[in-house]
Amino acid sequence: MYDVYKIRKHFPMLDGGVTMQNKPLVYLDNCSTTFKPKSVIDAELDYYKHYNSNSHRGDYDLSYQMDVMLEDARKAVAKFVNCEDNEVIFTDGTTASLNLVAYSYGLKNLKKDDEIIISVAEHASNVLPWFRIADLTGAKVIYVPLNEEGRVTPKNLLKVITNKTKIVSIAHISNVLGYEVNVKELGKIAHSVGAIMVVDGAQSVPHIPVDFKDLDVDFLAFSAHKMCGPTGIGALIGKYDLLLAMDPFISGGNMNITFKKECLADYRLPPFKFEAGTLNLAGILGFKAAIDFIQSIGIENIREHGKELFKYALSKLEGHDDIIIYNKTAEGDILTFNKRGVFAQDLATFMNYKGIAIRAGEHCAKLLDNFLETKATCRMSTYLYSTKEDIDIFIDALINGGDILDAYFND
Amino acid sequence: MLISMTNEMMRQIIMDHYSNPTNKRRPTTDGYETIHMHSDNCIDDLDIYLLVKNGVIIDACFDGIACIISTSSTDIMCDLLKGKKIEEGREIIDSFQKMMKEEKFNEALLEEAIVFINTSKQAARIRCATIGWTAAEEILKDK
Repeated sequence: MYDVYKIRKHFPMLDGGVTMQNKPLVYLDNCSTTFKPKSVIDAELDYYKHYNSNSHRGDYDLSYQMDVMLEDARKAVAKFVNCEDNEVIFTDGTTASLNLVAYSYGLKNLKKDDEIIISVAEHASNVLPWFRIADLTGAKVIYVPLNEEGRVTPKNLLKVITNKTKIVSIAHISNVLGYEVNVKELGKIAHSVGAIMVVDGAQSVPHIPVDFKDLDVDFLAFSAHKMCGPTGIGALIGKYDLLLAMDPFISGGNMNITFKKECLADYRLPPFKFEAGTLNLAGILGFKAAIDFIQSIGIENIREHGKELFKYALSKLEGHDDIIIYNKTAEGDILTFNKRGVFAQDLATFMNYKGIAIRAGEHCAKLLDNFLETKATCRMSTYLYSTKEDIDIFIDALINGGDILDAYFND
Repeated sequence: MLISMTNEMMRQIIMDHYSNPTNKRRPTTDGYETIHMHSDNCIDDLDIYLLVKNGVIIDACFDGIACIISTSSTDIMCDLLKGKKIEEGREIIDSFQKMMKEEKFNEALLEEAIVFINTSKQAARIRCATIGWTAAEEILKDK
């Protein structure tokens, strides 16, 4: 039995003390970031209060203990997404992870007229690094067409993939439309022409079971903060043989064995080769606590909860023709919509006035507006602590709301 | 308040300028100076045009995609600036910016623009209310 009210008790942000516009906070922007349970906050604090030291440095117990905790966290991440421990690189988050692949793999392996395939539904962090690499190598960025629903499908990948394709990089779950993509099948197609498959897992790893080995993709990027973990920490998972052949991205302390005046340097083996400088150790301990928390609830249960809330919201909106829904067939968690005659941003401001946090705009997917035939949409996204009551308040504001300008004139 | 206006009147003015922004158009003659404005936290995406001759703002208009607050506020600004000397225009803009920062401002200069006095209630939209004004300020800066 999924007891959402019991789950909510773990979150200080949900204890009723936080208000917006003098109203109880209804947080429905979980695609942007999620709240942290007390165990995650405590894990970060514990670092500063009890374990403060650097990793890979120490001749003393405190630092040795830090190394043990760091590697424990790495094991926890590896177990969570089913990969080898040495395939887990700690990064600042999804953006840093995708940049690492782009620069360390892309820059080394791409040449003029090679092709990188992405889609117009990708988040900026899975578009702009590839623009940069295309610029630097002369490679081309090609877009896999979306199907009528707005999905990236294996069938459509087959339409654009060629022998020149070297990289296919797609979000496992779109942050705008919430569609789950069959990345396992995309990976097979990519491999059939000798390309690698990169998966942006920012929205999938927190919401659905993700098995790196089973998916047989080459890289998987995700962030802790979208799964109840701290900001500024995430991971890149990469197949070890690929990591081994890649050049460093950021260089500096921690990642080298030795270096000489003649510009010669020996680097450590992956994953350490890609972890230059002092790591975000407090964040890493918080990341592990977040994984522990999610596993205590069960990722399958979290997925089901999201699906149920999505269906509930859809059923409550049935018959309201002034609400345009862009992703009725999505798998869960993300509802993208507009209200006829109301500019998305104005609707989000009105929601703010009602104490409801939703997102309006392009959701960092600025190539998608032609497909949706609108410049901006509103997005409501739930997570493991969201309730039907949250949805009720949201729908009531959306349907019966009142004048958009109430946001400026009513107290 | 110097200009006594009810909330209802203020709402009506904002909606009128949003529904029917008379200054939302592109210039049809040469000589306009323009600045493109893009908001980071809204999707406002506007071009502001001023036609200045012999120290006087002859015309002001704008075009682009914008929310209620930015459309209405920019439209009202254009009305206010038209026919004013550069120095007067600067003073009006300065007063508006001060109002938005909740500082002391010269209410008499703002006329209809006073309706945005409540915008700071929605802090995320202050930038929307000032986007056109900031562009005009920039155009007039070196004159």
